[in-house]
Amino acid sequence: MDFLNSIWLIPLFPLAGALVMLLLGRKLDPQHRSDVAEAPGLPHLPDEEHHANHQALQEPGTFHAGEPHPHSPFKRAIISVLCPGMVLVSFLLSLGAVIQLAASSEKVHEVIKFTWLAGLPFITQHGALARFAADFGFLLDPLSAVMILVVTFVGFLIHVYSVGYMGHEGGYYRFFGYLNLFVFFMLMLVLANNYALMFVGWEGVGLCSYLLIGFYFHKKSAADAGKKAFIVNRIGDAGFILGMLLMFAVVGSVRFLDVNAALAHMTPEASFGVLSAIALLLFIGATGKSAQFPLYVWLPDAMEGPTPVSALIHAATMVTAGVYMVARSNALYRLAPESSTIVAVVGAFTAILAASIALTQNDIKRVLAYSTVSQLGYMFMAAGVGAYWVAIFHLYTHAFFKALLFLGSGSVIHAMSGEQDMRRMGGLRKKIPVTYRTMLIGTLAIAGIPGLAGFFSKDEILWQTWSNGFPIVYVVGVITAFMTAFYMWRLMAMTFFGEPRMDEHTAAHIHESPKTMTVPLMVLAAGSALGGWVGVPKLWSVFPEGFRALEHWLGYVLEPAHAAEAAAEGAHGEAGLEWALMGLSIALAFAGIYAAYLLYQKRPFVKEPLQALGPLYRGSLTKWKVDEIYDFLFVNGLAKGGGTVLSKFDARVVDGGVNGAGWLTRSTSKISIWWDTWIVDGAVRLSSFLVKVSSYPVRILQTGSVQSYALVFVIGIVAIFGYYLVR
Amino acid sequence: MYPVTTVHYLVLSVALLLIGTVGVLTRRNIVVILMSLELILNAVNINLIAFSNHFKHVSGQIFAIFVITVAVAEAAVGLGILIAMFRNKPTVQADEIELLKW
Repeated sequence: MDFLNSIWLIPLFPLAGALVMLLLGRKLDPQHRSDVAEAPGLPHLPDEEHHANHQALQEPGTFHAGEPHPHSPFKRAIISVLCPGMVLVSFLLSLGAVIQLAASSEKVHEVIKFTWLAGLPFITQHGALARFAADFGFLLDPLSAVMILVVTFVGFLIHVYSVGYMGHEGGYYRFFGYLNLFVFFMLMLVLANNYALMFVGWEGVGLCSYLLIGFYFHKKSAADAGKKAFIVNRIGDAGFILGMLLMFAVVGSVRFLDVNAALAHMTPEASFGVLSAIALLLFIGATGKSAQFPLYVWLPDAMEGPTPVSALIHAATMVTAGVYMVARSNALYRLAPESSTIVAVVGAFTAILAASIALTQNDIKRVLAYSTVSQLGYMFMAAGVGAYWVAIFHLYTHAFFKALLFLGSGSVIHAMSGEQDMRRMGGLRKKIPVTYRTMLIGTLAIAGIPGLAGFFSKDEILWQTWSNGFPIVYVVGVITAFMTAFYMWRLMAMTFFGEPRMDEHTAAHIHESPKTMTVPLMVLAAGSALGGWVGVPKLWSVFPEGFRALEHWLGYVLEPAHAAEAAAEGAHGEAGLEWALMGLSIALAFAGIYAAYLLYQKRPFVKEPLQALGPLYRGSLTKWKVDEIYDFLFVNGLAKGGGTVLSKFDARVVDGGVNGAGWLTRSTSKISIWWDTWIVDGAVRLSSFLVKVSSYPVRILQTGSVQSYALVFVIGIVAIFGYYLVR
Repeated sequence: MYPVTTVHYLVLSVALLLIGTVGVLTRRNIVVILMSLELILNAVNINLIAFSNHFKHVSGQIFAIFVITVAVAEAAVGLGILIAMFRNKPTVQADEIELLKW
């Protein structure tokens, strides 16, 4: 089979799944009074039922063990097989296509189905005649290859996990329909061959994100979080559109290959110019989608959605769209050094800000959410300093370990009957051993313990920031790495170690999750452990080049040939320094873990040890009041202040216009009333008046008296006779 | 003895015609008007018969019979109309029945 020319099929399978679910799903899964479940976990189930489920969950080998609705297990099984199956088909198609791409000598393969947007021709800035055109076309190159594999593989695992996790929830078909729709849009985003089609996927994933954050839409906080995510993303999207259109105005195309070809002839901008403006506008789009400062505020709130959604959309795939887009536009960013610096600085600032907030959060998912923001900051750091392949490398490893951590936290929440506060957890290590072990791998991976995936990508990012001449960014990155290790071990210690702090009722119900949930955890744990071995540092020269496959693979698109060689030469002289820096970051990772161990694990958790830090602790706990500042500045200041201005505008200008139009109509109608009354009616009445007046002499003849008529006869006869007689 | 000639009949006829005409024009009672009409018709009859006798031709007499027949029918219709009108407006005065005017 020619997978390379079938890449356009890859997104269509999840789309088909989504359409089936959203159009017919109600028929397949009709048993719910309401499509809405109250909250994650099982707290709303009566005890007996709960126990029955509990036993069902423990039963080994039953694939749909979480099935709580025995009267329609078959129909539900259709959903449970169809939706993950669609993503699995996509994954297999992607795998086939990527293998064929790797075997082929041409590493860029484009499939254009038809012209999707066609505008009228116009004159560009340079006087050339251009025409806005965007294809419904797909581009498979090493970059999108990595992305589609990550999206479909992690997406498939999370679908499988959701079968178990969402088994108790209402709106099962709706959830899977949205999830499949998300995978469709995400694949459109990464496979598109131009910015316009990419933007379709970009908006589509935003929509699915909104729908899934607000999945429990009866809960006000969830509905609000959905709206917040949508609105904040719109701000970024405005930047994306402007950047895209400006790029079109300058380059004359939005097709990636055309854009790259056109940019190849340009020289880097010495000062902030139009290319930098494009790069910055696109980056604004990326800050929205990828949750960078100042638009990151939606991501922590997005944790109101079901946990698999947090894992898939808000950790592994969608939020990386911005990183992907920046990497995709690497030719542009290379020409815009000032914008790249902004990218790196924003990334670094976001990384340390989010990490500092994550230190003190007590909601297990919030810690992970801020951790995600922080890790995305790392990716932008890498992209900003020009190490695009490292950004994608970190994206790829992060997809594994963050999906793993989120799914693990979902498993914990599942076991805790919906409890998310880590202060009421503890001692879960023995009770949910699979979750514990897999999460331990994820934690060590994100903390940067050598050998695990996160170490390779994070260390490469730090080295690249240093070697590309951004020492301040490097220092921020190292501090963030320490914080990462600290807060992740804090999460582990509070959740899995120490004395249990939950109430007895919850404690009695703690159970390991079903196979559908633990198997994806184990697969992701394997990925988190081993995924980094495709990007071993050059420094570890004992390993053959095969262990650096990812860099070479991505180098086809992300590294111009001469730059790669130059980097390879430049790296030799600083081997000693690189070893030292690597040692530093390893030491800091262990130090972070050890510090958290001392504070949270060695002695029982009674009250937050970090409270000793005083105002710093309070600032971190209240998320540095960023939400409040935004409320003050934008929601109250701008939105409400703007509201009064706008209401004035409405009352004066809009209503004034309406009233003015009304007044004008009335005035003109008065004129036409006058015309009607005096001219039209006047003519009619004049003619009737004339007839009336002229009738006076005639009508006196008609007396009504028979005898007067007879008299007239007689006079007539006499006259006639008289005439004849006289003649 | 003064012979009765055709002229005498004609004079009688004219007299009757004038009397009838004046009666129709001046009397107010509809019954009397109808009677005056009969006078006019009879003036015509006398005229017809006089000429029939004068010319020794019978068609004048035949015509007179026709006129009598028509006069009878006319009187019947006229009285019928009068009675129908009387039901609507209890009067037989012609000057009080003047609804058909401007």
